[in-house]
Amino acid sequence: MAWQQPMDGSHASGSKVAAADGPGTQRTQYPYVTGTSVIALKYKDGVIMACDTGASYGSTLRYKSVERIKAVGKHSLIGASGEFSDFQEILRYLDELTLSDHMWDDGNSLGPKEVHSYLTRVMYNRRNKFDPLWNSLILGGVKKGPKGEEKYLGMVNMIGTHFEENHIATGFGNHLAIPILRAEWREDMTFEEAVKLVEKCLLVLLYRDRSSINKFQIAKITTEGATIYPPYSLKTNWGFAAFENPSKGAVGSW
Amino acid sequence: MSSIGTGYDLSVTTFSPDGRVFQVEYAGKAIDNSGTVVGIKCKDGIVLGVEKLVTSKMILKGSNRRVHSVHRNSGLAVAGLAADGRQIVARAKSEAANYEKVYGEPMPVKELADRVASYVHLCTLYWWLRPFGCGVILGGYDRDGPQLYMIEPSGLSYKYFGAALGKGRQAAKTEIEKLKLSELTCREGIVEVAKIIYGVHDEAKDKAFELELSWVCDESNRQHEKVPDDLVEQAKAAAQAALEEMDAD
Repeated sequence: MAWQQPMDGSHASGSKVAAADGPGTQRTQYPYVTGTSVIALKYKDGVIMACDTGASYGSTLRYKSVERIKAVGKHSLIGASGEFSDFQEILRYLDELTLSDHMWDDGNSLGPKEVHSYLTRVMYNRRNKFDPLWNSLILGGVKKGPKGEEKYLGMVNMIGTHFEENHIATGFGNHLAIPILRAEWREDMTFEEAVKLVEKCLLVLLYRDRSSINKFQIAKITTEGATIYPPYSLKTNWGFAAFENPSKGAVGSW
Repeated sequence: MSSIGTGYDLSVTTFSPDGRVFQVEYAGKAIDNSGTVVGIKCKDGIVLGVEKLVTSKMILKGSNRRVHSVHRNSGLAVAGLAADGRQIVARAKSEAANYEKVYGEPMPVKELADRVASYVHLCTLYWWLRPFGCGVILGGYDRDGPQLYMIEPSGLSYKYFGAALGKGRQAAKTEIEKLKLSELTCREGIVEVAKIIYGVHDEAKDKAFELELSWVCDESNRQHEKVPDDLVEQAKAAAQAALEEMDAD
């Protein structure tokens, strides 16, 4: 799974992008403040999404209480990794969308499929102008459709690639979490089972992704609406013999 | 108070010798022929009600909305030429959205009323434009609490406790003055507005009408929305009961 999106700021200078367009204008070259992985999966009552609450500034874990999952309208959740300011801009676009939806006041509201489609158009068009919104977005939700309550989970990234799946991850999650999800996801898991599976993935990401922090938020979206739970930490185990006395046997240079 | 301004009423850029702009006054007459629109400021919010006269049996119930949400926290009820009203609503929506985009917070009701009034007034300044043939009652809830404004075709905008436009406005205003608005909650306010509208409706001249009610109050989380159907039904029932009582006297 070769995602062409750079993982975090420090590797991004590999993207050679056409520089100035007209005099004084520039295109997005690389991201500055970035969020790491987001994972999501469908379960019995809807969709569950989780990520950590950190935002890095290059290799520094700069911001530790950042909410990277937000509710969109009545039926969806959006989670983002990548440049945080671009995520904030996307949230503003979505706010305009939901506002005009609200003002119609005709009983209709945008569902997750529609929001995902809209975001795909936005992301793809920006990419075509060589000025991308540097994010990988996960869009999940539940809305009544012709076949009853339909759960939806999709993603779209900075180059406009988009698809739908039962379980999705961004960034490092693609490499570390998806294999676990592919092995252990089942149709119609209960909320507790889903949380356990999500926590398993989050723990692996915490151990192995250097830009993750031990402070997570889980969110769920069901027919009753969106719930974003308060942040909490997972128990980690560092009691391995090799970590006990790390400098023992080390050869110093001075 | 009507007088014909022969010669001085051909253009909106002409004053009469006694200092009136007749075209603007004539615009006001367009509102006087429309269904009654009532707005009241209760202690916890605003209630807007419209007597939507149904001109044909073929019209679908709920179409031709007269009360529009202009932003999350404010709504506009239109009296007069509906098409002109649509234009004012569109402008108000655009102003409110733009304000929030620039300043990051919902537009204060006072500011919105000012902008709408300026826009309406604009069309009374040039001979190639005609004044809007509609009046608007704007109700919203912001940091300074619930507020009610009425904007007339002249561009006049005042803040009110209670306002009425349209056919039955005189009778409606009398009824509103009887209410103790500072003690009414919006729940009670809905019933009062329904009673007023049913009361001023002229059964002889206009047969059918639909009652459109909207509110923005603490109960609706300070969002402007249509009053929930069950409450509307309750209000209608109470209004009809009150009417029968009056008739029985």
